[in-house]
Amino acid sequence: MRESALHSMTDKALTKPLRRNSVKRMVKENIALFLLTLPAILYYLIFHYTPMVGVILAFKDYKYSEGILGSSWVGFKNFEFFFTSMDAWRITRNTVSYAGVFIVLGNIAAVTVALLLFEVRGKLALKFYQTSMIMPKFLSWVLVGYMTYALFNPSLGYFNQIIHFFGFESIDVYSNSKYWPYIIVSVEIWKTVGLSSIIYYAALMSVDPELFEAAKIDGAGRLRQIFAISLPSLTPVLTIIIILAIGNLFRGDFGLFYQIPRDIGVLYPTTDVIDTYVYRGLRSGDFGISAAVGLFQSVVGLILIVISNWIVTKIRPENALF
Amino acid sequence: MPKSLSTNIGNTLIHVFLILLSLAFIIPFLLVISVSFSNEDSLLQYGYKLIPVQFDLAAYKLIFGKPQQILFAYLTTSVQAVGGMICGLFVMSTCAYALSRRSFKLRRPITLFIFFTMLFGGGLIPSYILITQYLHLNNTIFVYILPTLANAFYIIILRTFFQGLPDALVESAKMDGASEFRVYWQIILPLAKPALATIALFVLLDKWNDWFTSLIYIRNEKLYTLQFLLQRILLEIDFLKNSMTYNLTMENVNLYKLPSESIRFAMAIVAAGPLLMVFPFFQKYFSKGLTVGAVKG
Repeated sequence: MRESALHSMTDKALTKPLRRNSVKRMVKENIALFLLTLPAILYYLIFHYTPMVGVILAFKDYKYSEGILGSSWVGFKNFEFFFTSMDAWRITRNTVSYAGVFIVLGNIAAVTVALLLFEVRGKLALKFYQTSMIMPKFLSWVLVGYMTYALFNPSLGYFNQIIHFFGFESIDVYSNSKYWPYIIVSVEIWKTVGLSSIIYYAALMSVDPELFEAAKIDGAGRLRQIFAISLPSLTPVLTIIIILAIGNLFRGDFGLFYQIPRDIGVLYPTTDVIDTYVYRGLRSGDFGISAAVGLFQSVVGLILIVISNWIVTKIRPENALF
Repeated sequence: MPKSLSTNIGNTLIHVFLILLSLAFIIPFLLVISVSFSNEDSLLQYGYKLIPVQFDLAAYKLIFGKPQQILFAYLTTSVQAVGGMICGLFVMSTCAYALSRRSFKLRRPITLFIFFTMLFGGGLIPSYILITQYLHLNNTIFVYILPTLANAFYIIILRTFFQGLPDALVESAKMDGASEFRVYWQIILPLAKPALATIALFVLLDKWNDWFTSLIYIRNEKLYTLQFLLQRILLEIDFLKNSMTYNLTMENVNLYKLPSESIRFAMAIVAAGPLLMVFPFFQKYFSKGLTVGAVKG
């Protein structure tokens, strides 16, 4: 009986009407799945692809009353204006050099912290260190701005009280741009090191403990173990994080560069980046030039991402973005 | 014996270093708390101190005496965070589910369509013009939710998670005649709770700390988010005075006597409060999610 049932099933499966049904089913299934993606597709179409068309603004003399399409074409004039100004060099240099310093110092700090945490055996102590170091990641840039202000306020700030105590003149960092590279870099590392160190800590956790045991038996000291086992085991993660960061070399964190120096004009020489420049263009109504700068940023960013992805495919294909 | 001694010294040094480091993370925060509880005159005389020279609740009394502005900000921020999280999770998870299905024929083109937005964008100016002049979302609550509804990176994380669930689940449900939406809603979503929770926390955190949207798109003071309100208060003393006293008569409050320094910091604490209370919960998820992700990667 069972056999006959099986036969009849295979027979049915081979008959044409059922095959047509399965095609129908497949189409129906695909339509249902497509409908599920529709909200996301509409979202991306409206809020991401429409602005991409809007980049033609960079080649126009934008007039509010005439809209994007109605405004007159000016060719590369907006780009010309930007690239011949002093701003172009200043904001590009600031954006790229801050990003570069963050990559180098940020990762050195995160790896160092991860290595130190890895040596800690007490669970409670470990939790205390990790919690306090991740906390800044949960605070908004506005709040971090408050903390920076509380530290560096020229008359009331903690920092000035300390240097007063040691007999130095107080420093008004909010009117002198030369201090800001140090402040910006410290604040950025302060905010991100806790979270980044967790990534490296997790990578260390996944190293086979027997490697460390064997090294200990062979008489390797702490430092020796770090250089022979820990650091080499971190290099794959490190490579990927650095290469991805290179793809973002042209993007600054707007919150950091706007909230921490508090948008003070005197500080622009060392704190102005592409993102803050574009924002000010928006505020003052220089839409054409700002759009041109934004397009310059997007295009160079795209090129950098494609190049760094190409490098990833050469080194570790499984980690490539696309 | 000498070996264990050196190990001990090493361990002690590591702990001393890490404790000092942790203090560098905690002290700025304690400083803000201390200033908020300080007497204004003592602040002006001695500067900000780690421990209040003269303890004073005046700043908090003023804030909670006239709480309209901050309540509006709380409301806006909550709608933004919770509403944005729910809508966002729906849009991202439905899409991620469809993209996780190998039988879906449009899988590759749609993935590419979404992924490309991570590589290239029109930039701030075209988005601004679209939102203000074509969609007219500025000065509405929708601007906090719609323009940042989905995140390509989160969609990819969810898709990867869904792909890890056994295919047989979907197959058997479909044998029983369940529709695609039903499979998504009744089978996939309950199984994907850890991934959904992680993404939900990320979105919630981003939205709670958002000040940029108000800065760019909002002119109506009732629709300011908490963080933006804070920013205005930190930067503009006049704004602080207005928002603190807009219902008081001039006889009651001398504007020049307003404890401006301590109020600024008290506002910071009031705004950060809720997030700091859920922080330990957040942190557990955060480090767990990251640890798992890093080990897998």
